[in-house]
Amino acid sequence: MLLIPCPYCGPRSELEFKHAGEAHITREPQVADDQAWGEFLYTRTNPKGIIAERWRHTSGCGRFFNCLRDTVSDNILATYKSGEPRPSLETSGEPSR
Amino acid sequence: MRFSLLSLIRQSFAHNTGWPEQWRSPEPKPSYDAIIIGGGGHGLATAYYMAAEHGMRNIAVVEKGWIGGGNTGRNTTIIRSNYLWEESEALYGHAMTLWQDLSQVLNYNVMYSPRGVMMLAHNIHDVQVFKRHVHANRLAGTDNEWLTPEQAKAFCPILNISKDIRYPVIGASLQRRGGTARHDAVAWGYARAASALGVDILQNCEVTAITRDASGAVAGIETTRGTIATKRIGVVAAGNTSHVMSMAGVRLPLESYPLQALVSEPVKPVMPCVVMSNTIHAYMSQSDKGELVIGAGTDAYISYSQTGGLHIATHTLDAICEMFPNVRRLRMLRNWGGIVDVTPDRSPIIGKTPVPGLFLNCGWGTGGFKATPGSGHVFAHQVATGEPHPINAPFSLDRFRTGRLIDEAAAAAVAH
Ligand SMILES: Cc1cc2nc3c(=O)[nH]c(=O)nc-3n(C[C@H](O)[C@H](O)[C@H](O)COP(=O)(O)OP(=O)(O)OC[C@H]3O[C@@H](n4cnc5c(N)ncnc54)[C@H](O)[C@@H]3O)c2cc1C
Ligand SMILES: [Zn+2]
Repeated sequence: MLLIPCPYCGPRSELEFKHAGEAHITREPQVADDQAWGEFLYTRTNPKGIIAERWRHTSGCGRFFNCLRDTVSDNILATYKSGEPRPSLETSGEPSR
Repeated sequence: MRFSLLSLIRQSFAHNTGWPEQWRSPEPKPSYDAIIIGGGGHGLATAYYMAAEHGMRNIAVVEKGWIGGGNTGRNTTIIRSNYLWEESEALYGHAMTLWQDLSQVLNYNVMYSPRGVMMLAHNIHDVQVFKRHVHANRLAGTDNEWLTPEQAKAFCPILNISKDIRYPVIGASLQRRGGTARHDAVAWGYARAASALGVDILQNCEVTAITRDASGAVAGIETTRGTIATKRIGVVAAGNTSHVMSMAGVRLPLESYPLQALVSEPVKPVMPCVVMSNTIHAYMSQSDKGELVIGAGTDAYISYSQTGGLHIATHTLDAICEMFPNVRRLRMLRNWGGIVDVTPDRSPIIGKTPVPGLFLNCGWGTGGFKATPGSGHVFAHQVATGEPHPINAPFSLDRFRTGRLIDEAAAAAVAH
């Protein structure tokens, strides 16, 4: 089970959260062809490595936030508020265990 | 050497010291006519049918670990074909037909056992969904029938059908032709038969790059055992598919999740069939060794860790203990996870990709073992001829652009 640091409430057990899919997926409002729409709805990075993902603290503050996690070790490397840019990991540089 | 009563007797007199290796372990050749990436059941079956039915002998299966060490060797081996949509009924039905005499065809006992798969309904929604499946299946000629709780208990005597439990059983659907098979034997049987036809099976050979020529078409692969040239690649890498396809710059509608299973200590036969409950995330059968084989749910997040959270297994064991109270005091022997590649509509992707020469068979998610022979058979056609077999044509990658999804997700929520 993950220990997830909510940027509002601090570290809490995974049971308090709902996973909400890959973060930073946006759609160009001017483009509405089938290809772009299909990619927006369905295509995902699904990385073997570092993923930016959304969580919602459903049994806590109720808020959405973003998280950087290594999908091989499941180590959480950073969490940050929605709307904030994806942090660069170069300074923390934590190796995956 | 063919397996027969005679060879068994001969070998037993020789103290079983004379059995030859079941498949060759050659060095990689510099080039092949086609390469299958992924030595799970689906990849090995693909190679076998490419050799047996399409006459392609200069081909290889490339596996990063040992064959069958992925989801093939980690699954709970439930086989059924009672899916909702016609496209699925054709695909899983094709596999069901091939299972019937697979042991004879491969001359390898895959222990296919049509002991019946019973799916429990615990609420009105389940009843409506399962009855819809039963009717759709019967119209399509796929066997599936509705049972009352009493009939369900007659079919599986250890099932608890009392009305005062948290999720009482209020009905069930039963596919009698459904059942189980021995997962390792499926991988080994296809490997042995493919190898005998000349297919090279290259284990401990991880693909690290897919190379392309000036026109963008496939030119070969880089592996931990060297460079291999080929103009045709079939990717059958289950949970690692997004990762392998990123080597060719292709992004996919897939997410990889841990799915876990566990087995109990072995006991005398207590369970004559397979019982599944999608609603409370638990399913169980008994292996021929006597272990109760229990399947749990997926974790909530993408992971390549090959382990699942303990709370997921605990949740399943809660349900198992309620459905089967007499197994409560059994000890669990082993618990493990596999990484399953899940599509948005819970149907597989089998077909072409935007890269010429690169074909894809993935997205089997939590329930592809049952389809192994059918999947390999149609994908062999796809890779060998370049065009889809009529059965896999609807399962194209393009359906996520056109919107022609094959939505088993809405139909079943979870599917094994
Ligand atoms: C716990 C669990 C229970 C399940 N229960 C059922 C069930 O009851 N019924 C059912 O029908 N299905 C079930 N499934 C799903 C089923 O196991 C899969 O859908 C099916 O086995 C997939 O077969 P495959 O050959 O495509 O994949 P795999 O057997 O996973 O084979 C893919 C292979 O690709 C290899 N590979 C990956 N990357 C590379 C690379 N870069 N280079 C070389 N090789 C690579 C892997 O090592 C692996 O061996 C279950 C799965 C799990 C995990
Ligand atoms: Zn919070």
